[in-house]
Amino acid sequence: MRRERLDVVGNEGVGPYALLRVRRGRLDPGVPGQFFMLEAPGRLLPRPMSLCLAPPGELGFLMEAVGPGTAALCALEAGAEINVLGPLGNGFALDVSRPLLVGGGIGVAPLPYLSTTLASPPAVLGFRSDWHAEAAELVPNAQVCVEPTLVTELIPTGMDVLACGPEPMLEAVRAVAPTAQLAWEAPMACGYGACYGCAVPIDGELKRLCVEGPVLCAAA
Amino acid sequence: MLLLNASGCLDALTAPDVARSLDGFVTKTVTPLPREGNTPVRIAETDVGMLNSIGLANPGIDRFLTRNLPQLEKLGLPLWVSVGGFATDDYADICSRLDDEAEVTAIELNVSCPNVDAPTESTSQIVAAARQATRKPLWAKLSPAVPEIGEVARAAQAAGADGLSLVNTLRALKLDRQTLKPALGPGQGGLSGPALKPIALAAVATCFLATGLPIVGMGGVQTGFDVLELIAAGASHVALGTVLFSDPGAPTRVRAELYAAAAEHGWSTPDDAHGVAHREVVVHKDNFLVYEQMNST
Repeated sequence: MRRERLDVVGNEGVGPYALLRVRRGRLDPGVPGQFFMLEAPGRLLPRPMSLCLAPPGELGFLMEAVGPGTAALCALEAGAEINVLGPLGNGFALDVSRPLLVGGGIGVAPLPYLSTTLASPPAVLGFRSDWHAEAAELVPNAQVCVEPTLVTELIPTGMDVLACGPEPMLEAVRAVAPTAQLAWEAPMACGYGACYGCAVPIDGELKRLCVEGPVLCAAA
Repeated sequence: MLLLNASGCLDALTAPDVARSLDGFVTKTVTPLPREGNTPVRIAETDVGMLNSIGLANPGIDRFLTRNLPQLEKLGLPLWVSVGGFATDDYADICSRLDDEAEVTAIELNVSCPNVDAPTESTSQIVAAARQATRKPLWAKLSPAVPEIGEVARAAQAAGADGLSLVNTLRALKLDRQTLKPALGPGQGGLSGPALKPIALAAVATCFLATGLPIVGMGGVQTGFDVLELIAAGASHVALGTVLFSDPGAPTRVRAELYAAAAEHGWSTPDDAHGVAHREVVVHKDNFLVYEQMNST
């Protein structure tokens, strides 16, 4: 667990989302599905973000402005500096024979890095509008649907599903792919097990998502 | 001066390096029975702080003694065990079971959690029962949400408290921006962070003058100067809480800032600032302030 103050290299719009790139420093990009805590300028608490891209010397995070913290992050410009802690948590298990990436909305964030790591496996992505679907350009080999079509309608059988998206989507994926690996999210103050804020039901108990996850087996 | 963590703001087993950067580790509150904690959502940021409603999630005293404590002992740190309950007997029973644990340095009595039902007995009754059950140093952790915290502190002192932990979080509410419903699952939660600092300073100052007991000051510490302020108000030790969430390196940073801030005032150690908020400045010497001798208790 390492925390460094990193330079913002760039911040580009991707549909309604922002792709924030920071210099990597000495931080390890970690395993796809792991996350980092990003200082949100002017806010007390950092925000958890999964790694989207890991080009040489950089870390890229795809984010959506949904509150004051993410709005501050989306407004960052090149030359700014933020503290970044990570990588944290448990990412996707990569020893899969027939990977299928499944993403919904801003939940596509960890899939570009995952796709690169797994040599561009097939992907199915769902979005609420064509504008949001512009984020699909970050994921190669992707089949895209827009509401009212649901991403679960595109999942073939016999695949090793690795998914990230809103909770209803993950529940729907769990129903059709019981062995899927699912990346969840929860409000989180610290990201390293200190605050107990991110407790979610796992195996019938409330456990810390930052310690046990954020990637969990669908059966958990 | 010891730099500690506030109970519930660090898990030494998942972040041992952070714990080792402190002078001692205060456990999450232990209750008689295991508690899963409150229904999510459990945390929410506010403009000047954060709310939590964790609800004393802990493994219960049995598993704590058999599973957690042996692992915590390996850290080689002074261990302060935070004890909670819902009746006087709960506190007394746990204190009794901790009494023979040589590795337990001190016991903090959490009589002020805003996120669970409060015991019906008074603070003094709980402290008195715990005092009967253990020879360990007892620190009573008080809520600032009382009309006269000095009176509560004096009652705790009379009942046998060796020190005070000041302050616990304050019950507060945040509403979701879209729904205008409570942002936290349980509704309300405990306010921590910078918003709490002036309240903590007032409580520390009041209880220092009221009792003269050693005090662990906590509430909104972000920097070394915040620590110096608590010491000046009367704290002997200081605990870091919410700042650990955003900065696991806070103990090292804050300690360095503290010594620098003390040096700026001409003190060789932060302990020299103890209680100076209550003393008169008698002379300016070499650009530093010199205070009258302590006569506060």
